[in-house]
Amino acid sequence: MSATQYDMFLLVLGIFGVLLVASLVGYVLQRRLSPDGSNAAIENLNSRINAWWVMAILIAIAFVAGRIGVLILFAFCSFAALREFVTLTNTRRADHWALATAFFVVLPVQYFLLWTEDYGIFSIFIPVYAFLLMPIIAVMRGDTQHFLIRISEVQWALMICVFCASHVPALLTLHIPGYEGRNVLLIAFLVIVVQLSDVLQYVWGKLFGRTKIAPNLSPSKTVEGFVGGVASATLIGAGLWWITPFTPIQAGVMALVITLMGFFGGLVMSAIKRDRGVKDWGHLIEGHGGLIDRLDSVVFSAPIFFHLTRYWWAA
Amino acid sequence: MRALIAKFAAEVVLLFARAVTAVRATWHESGLPRRRSVYFANHSSHGDFVLIWTVLPPRLRRRVRPVAGADYWLRSKLTSFIGRDVFNAVLIQRDRDERKDDPVAMMAQALDEGSSLIFFPEGTRNQTDAQLLPFKSGLFHLATAKPDVDLVPVWIANLNRVMPKGEFVPIPLICTVTFGAPMRLASGEAKEAFIERAHAALLALSPKQAGGSE
Repeated sequence: MSATQYDMFLLVLGIFGVLLVASLVGYVLQRRLSPDGSNAAIENLNSRINAWWVMAILIAIAFVAGRIGVLILFAFCSFAALREFVTLTNTRRADHWALATAFFVVLPVQYFLLWTEDYGIFSIFIPVYAFLLMPIIAVMRGDTQHFLIRISEVQWALMICVFCASHVPALLTLHIPGYEGRNVLLIAFLVIVVQLSDVLQYVWGKLFGRTKIAPNLSPSKTVEGFVGGVASATLIGAGLWWITPFTPIQAGVMALVITLMGFFGGLVMSAIKRDRGVKDWGHLIEGHGGLIDRLDSVVFSAPIFFHLTRYWWAA
Repeated sequence: MRALIAKFAAEVVLLFARAVTAVRATWHESGLPRRRSVYFANHSSHGDFVLIWTVLPPRLRRRVRPVAGADYWLRSKLTSFIGRDVFNAVLIQRDRDERKDDPVAMMAQALDEGSSLIFFPEGTRNQTDAQLLPFKSGLFHLATAKPDVDLVPVWIANLNRVMPKGEFVPIPLICTVTFGAPMRLASGEAKEAFIERAHAALLALSPKQAGGSE
């Protein structure tokens, strides 16, 4: 067993252990407080835990399948997220070809470019080529009503669901001296820190939450949950330094950046939901709403994490 | 062999419909529809009946037959294979002058054989800006012929945005199918009153659209 495989094995063991404990706690809580399935908070907790099992297993399978597995998994996530996002936009008939291009050209091309590992093109393909091409396709139809709103929505959808999301598998393209063949662990680090931060904010908030942090955006988020969640996720991130190319302190700082971006990303995505008058982005994941509801914080932290790591550590 | 291909085609259609629309049903609080019902729905896309067909549990799906225009489905070998073999449609002649069989009698017969029906009371695809066109009288005549069958209003949301008129590439968007309370023709209820009641029951299911601006 190589060092990478050994670390991965430990990590998987740890994650499954945590999920096992979570499932047990959920089971006991349900037996004690909600034997007839009437306590909504506990039912929601349990369906969340079950969904995490599914996510952990899917990611584990993708990791075993290697680079192509990870790319396919995230391409699928981008597709489902884009489908949820575009559903809530103001698009009109005249946007049909622009949208078709987003789904069936831009999305596959972006993931193909990641496969080629050519940073010079995959990092600018969407912001340069797609962003200029899409309004051109839309304008051909000659429908000017809400034109600025419509093209902005499609661009923002691509930015969030495809461009930002694709920066998770983009971590595989980095060449970090002394870290060869271990990049998949960077994805694990990012995903674990972001998801734990979400969970811990939820738990801290449920236990000690008093002061609402953003009552207009997300009434369930509290200052106590935010501080407790970010601090504990940062500590856990620092404790995971051994799977990263970072020192413990560097890993802690990275985890702090990731959790902060994730938190504010969640607020931004909540604001969009409020604007569109919906509670969840969709219904793909039982207990979590849509895929974007789970992905929002990863999406905001991935590009920053990618570029910080690339700037300071990559060769 | 033909039946096998039809079965396979049906699975492909199901998979495709789910991949593009991630369609989800919202059932009425009275639960899943009983076995023999007429689902009457808004009609804005050729895929409408496919979505209803997709969300019905397999047990109900096997017994449901869409009511569709013979002129549309019998125009080529492929479409008639899809219409007849894959979806087992009740094909009616919409043009009065070319009618050989009475459409209501054909639908009543299908119900007598134990099937449920998917029916579009607007009579044609809605390509206007109105949410719902006025109903033709078909639903009333069907309710008169089969007063003991549940009529279930079904609202299909968003599919018109997936594939607007004249486009052939579908845009993946999330669609929902909402089932309303089953209704029947009241004794002595006049045609206009019934049609109006059914129209209102269907329209009441339309969601306040979160997206789309047409």
